[in-house]
Amino acid sequence: MTEPGRPEPEFVSEAGELVRPYVITRGRDLPDESEFALITLVTTATDEQQRPQRLSPEEEQILEMCSSGYLSVAEIAAHSQLPLGVVKALLSSLAEGGYLVTRAPVPSARPTNKALLKEVLDGLKALSV
Amino acid sequence: MASRLSLSEDAYVPSGAQQTAVKILVVGHFAVGKTTLISSLSEITPLSTEERMTTLSERVDDLKGVQGKTTTTVALDFGRLTLSERIVLYLFGSPGQQRFVSLWDDTARGALGALVLVDPERLADSFDVMDLVESYGLDFAVAINHFDGSTVHTPEEVREALDLLPDTPVVTIDARDEKSSVDALITLVRYLHERADLEHT
Repeated sequence: MTEPGRPEPEFVSEAGELVRPYVITRGRDLPDESEFALITLVTTATDEQQRPQRLSPEEEQILEMCSSGYLSVAEIAAHSQLPLGVVKALLSSLAEGGYLVTRAPVPSARPTNKALLKEVLDGLKALSV
Repeated sequence: MASRLSLSEDAYVPSGAQQTAVKILVVGHFAVGKTTLISSLSEITPLSTEERMTTLSERVDDLKGVQGKTTTTVALDFGRLTLSERIVLYLFGSPGQQRFVSLWDDTARGALGALVLVDPERLADSFDVMDLVESYGLDFAVAINHFDGSTVHTPEEVREALDLLPDTPVVTIDARDEKSSVDALITLVRYLHERADLEHT
């Protein structure tokens, strides 16, 4: 017996393309761009203490995907085949719940980080031999 | 349950290191070879993610306040390149049309710079791209993707056609070739590094 008002997960999953993004994100607004950049690296937190939240199938999928190492936000979106905006909203909800560890990208090329550029340059030169 | 998705180990950013991600944009008009270049460099099979965006559609009459807006799905192709124990580089291919400008907000933010790919046979198609790169204040180098059999414009002719500054690097490459593509990135990053010198003095 399916609980009233709670769609069967299989249905949600199959109807992915027909579900408006705010349904998947449970009405959460799409987060600020600054919270998760395309190249913010994400993995699951090892600390399993408080996980009171009931997770959606999409959130479960993302957690499982992130459990084996670091992936960028863009990679998570590509592998899960969900739109970027939706993935960012799900990630921000998971991060709030303490499920994720994130590593922010170098904030900006400006003011220019010369040491960083040197390191990128050296890395590329090593590939060009 | 949502479909289970298990990724192979090499799908992940190499572990055991404190890596930080940086990104470089590979920009250019439709079919100029952005994805080809990313494929020749990426250590992972290039990925694609979609962003849904609302765009102002062209030539739609604005009837009684109804905005001519449409929702478009734009694919964003990207690849990854581990450069050192500390740095992993992402390459994002950004479409050059003005109507995808909201996608640029996201991809351009925090980018080290941009490699502008141009087709020497279709130089005029690159004007929109140049406008975007300049309006986002991205430092860039130009790579002429020289396909077999195409008429070769000299880098100087391209420089003139695109109205580039004298110090903007212009190189001729074959986007299918890994070494050629790496060399194009080296040219860009060397330029960015030199500019960092200028900004500090």
